[in-house]
Amino acid sequence: MTVTGERTAPTTDLPPAPAPAPFPTGTQRLPMAKALNLGLRRALANDPRVLLMGEDIGRLGGVFRVTDGLFAEFGEDRVVDTPLAESGIVGTAIGLALRGYRPVCEIQFDGFVFPAFDQITTQLAKMHYRSRGRLRLPVVIRIPYGGGIGAIEHHSESPEALFAHTPGLRVVSPATAADAFTMIQQAVASPDPVIFFEPKGRYWEKGDVDLDAPLPAPHGGPADLDHARVVRPGTDVTVVAYGPTVATALKAAAAAAADGTSIEVVDLRTISPLDTATIAASVRRTGRCVVVHEAPVLYGSGAEVAARITEECFYHLQAPVLRVGGFHTPYPVSKIEHDYLPGLDRLLDAVDRTLAF
Amino acid sequence: MSTTVPAAEGPLTDEGLVQLLTPTGERVHHPEYDAWAADLDADRLRAMYRDMVLTRRFDTEATSLQRQGELGLWAQSLGQEAAQVGSGHALAPQDHVFPSYREHGVAHVRGLEMTDLLRLFRGVDHGGWDPAAHGFHLFTLVIGSHTLHATGYAMGVQRDGLVGTGDPTRDTAVVTYFGDGATAQGDVSEALVFASVNQAPVVLFCQNNQFAISEPTTRQARVPIADRAPGFGIPSVRVDGNDVLASYAVTRQALERARSGGGPTFVEAFTYRMGAHTTSDDPTRYRTSEQEERWRRRDPIERLRVHLERTGELPEVFQAQLAAESDAFGEHIRTTVRAMGHPASPSMFEHVYATPHAVVDAERAWFTQYEQSFVDHDGRETAGGHR
Repeated sequence: MTVTGERTAPTTDLPPAPAPAPFPTGTQRLPMAKALNLGLRRALANDPRVLLMGEDIGRLGGVFRVTDGLFAEFGEDRVVDTPLAESGIVGTAIGLALRGYRPVCEIQFDGFVFPAFDQITTQLAKMHYRSRGRLRLPVVIRIPYGGGIGAIEHHSESPEALFAHTPGLRVVSPATAADAFTMIQQAVASPDPVIFFEPKGRYWEKGDVDLDAPLPAPHGGPADLDHARVVRPGTDVTVVAYGPTVATALKAAAAAAADGTSIEVVDLRTISPLDTATIAASVRRTGRCVVVHEAPVLYGSGAEVAARITEECFYHLQAPVLRVGGFHTPYPVSKIEHDYLPGLDRLLDAVDRTLAF
Repeated sequence: MSTTVPAAEGPLTDEGLVQLLTPTGERVHHPEYDAWAADLDADRLRAMYRDMVLTRRFDTEATSLQRQGELGLWAQSLGQEAAQVGSGHALAPQDHVFPSYREHGVAHVRGLEMTDLLRLFRGVDHGGWDPAAHGFHLFTLVIGSHTLHATGYAMGVQRDGLVGTGDPTRDTAVVTYFGDGATAQGDVSEALVFASVNQAPVVLFCQNNQFAISEPTTRQARVPIADRAPGFGIPSVRVDGNDVLASYAVTRQALERARSGGGPTFVEAFTYRMGAHTTSDDPTRYRTSEQEERWRRRDPIERLRVHLERTGELPEVFQAQLAAESDAFGEHIRTTVRAMGHPASPSMFEHVYATPHAVVDAERAWFTQYEQSFVDHDGRETAGGHR
């Protein structure tokens, strides 16, 4: 693809980037950030209509290096360093999608998505509906989210409920490197707009990724973008988590097992749609449910899970559904964020309370 | 402490407007833009005159239909016909238009079934037409947001290699229409940034109709609107938006620059919203009848009519045919709107997503069952049911 039109030649004295390494094969142990990088790389390679847009994603490779090397491999017209304007990024991505492209936008940090909130909620979410299905907007908005990294204000937030509350958007969050690799490609392949929340606190945690496995369809199968997954079976309490809190839930399950309590962990994976069936099936087995996320609990996605579980399996419940999450405060300063975030102890405390009910 | 806002200076000045036809219908010459209007022979001028007359008829019928309760709301294009029809005539078939919600004249020139525009205002559709069919995107109600869509679309045109090929049937431009009020929106500034740094083939066509609902342009800017663009590195031009020839000429030049790879252009068409903002508005609260009368003397249709009559190019038989066509058009609009029918309630669940979504599916299933609960075994709606 060559962009036409007279433009100023890039002004740089930098030496040319090294040739890209061959795409790795087999099952590799990779950090989530690298898994996302490879997922995006494969999406770019497989479909010339896919392009990445965002601030500093080109030569720098993104502030988290998720797009590292892609600028050199695919060029400035497919890995686009945009002006510093989030509404402009999403607004022009919508235009590119209307022209047949499949843009993947990177919002640098969770707290910086709000300048684009209007474009996402009034335009991206509604264009398919407004056009009665004539116009599709296969746009992915990648948002590194969540805390625990010692950051300054606006760099640690979890605004997923704001997007899940908007009809027309799909909202997902991977918890592992393997899911990150698969789900980012599924999001790109989805005909719907997808808000893709990446748990930045888990970017450097490693997991096994099968790089040769065929990509499951984005929608319409058990391994699609629309289903939750039981990631640890158990019998006493269901803990529902997603994104950064799945690892916390698994640690809690391991700790509780030592005390003789069997926790089943459900990785939600998708916040919209909500896979109520998988959660409800688990709660019917265990009779107890705790939901954990970093976002404030008031009007959070955990409230939705609790309400639906109450509606669907009231007579299976041995205790009220409990929520563990952030408080109704702005995200606090980093020196005390560990007491704001739902860590192992607060999660186990909720498990104990539901068992004691 | 009080601040003083100049009432009739700054953005309200009509200095420096490109004009080819004076308000009294006199053809005046312009050293730069005569060439861009040179292909407008008598047939083309009559076609523009016809399009303006039919646009006004459409607008008048829609206003009446709203008053009769057939439309929930109507946004009039009255007075802006020259800016819209003139710029619309400069478009090539492959070009793409991103309108706001008042560009009825452009829609007419692009060949839309005009009654489709009324579906939104009747409340039977949020859109109403196929944007691909005529290169005319859906109306956008969130002010200014579509200027970014147009810019992104133009960036796609660049990536398709359809700029600067030298083939007039392939080279493609994008035009987006917005008003003076929209220029205060951040999205419009961001569109200017993205269009500029990418040298995107987009024409940013601002109809300065003097009002954002009740607020005069002085509440949006201290300098003429067109003066903003050069700061972004985008050339701009001010045109008499009630002059269909000049509106055509400046747009044609801007589109040609875009198609040839010369990048974006900002056009400020200086015009006047002769009607209300919408049928819910009351302009008597914020402007004088003297001002309205002043602009009535600059009527864009009357101006071209006088010119064509003076040059003997508006024969009576043409005018009679146009009057008959306009009447038939009016009848067609009234009949079509009244026959638009009522959308079925379950249709609200359609097209939320392109692929099935479990929550929408479950809510649709529940709603269907709920609706059914009001129907008795004989298929009649039971007494005491909803509605």
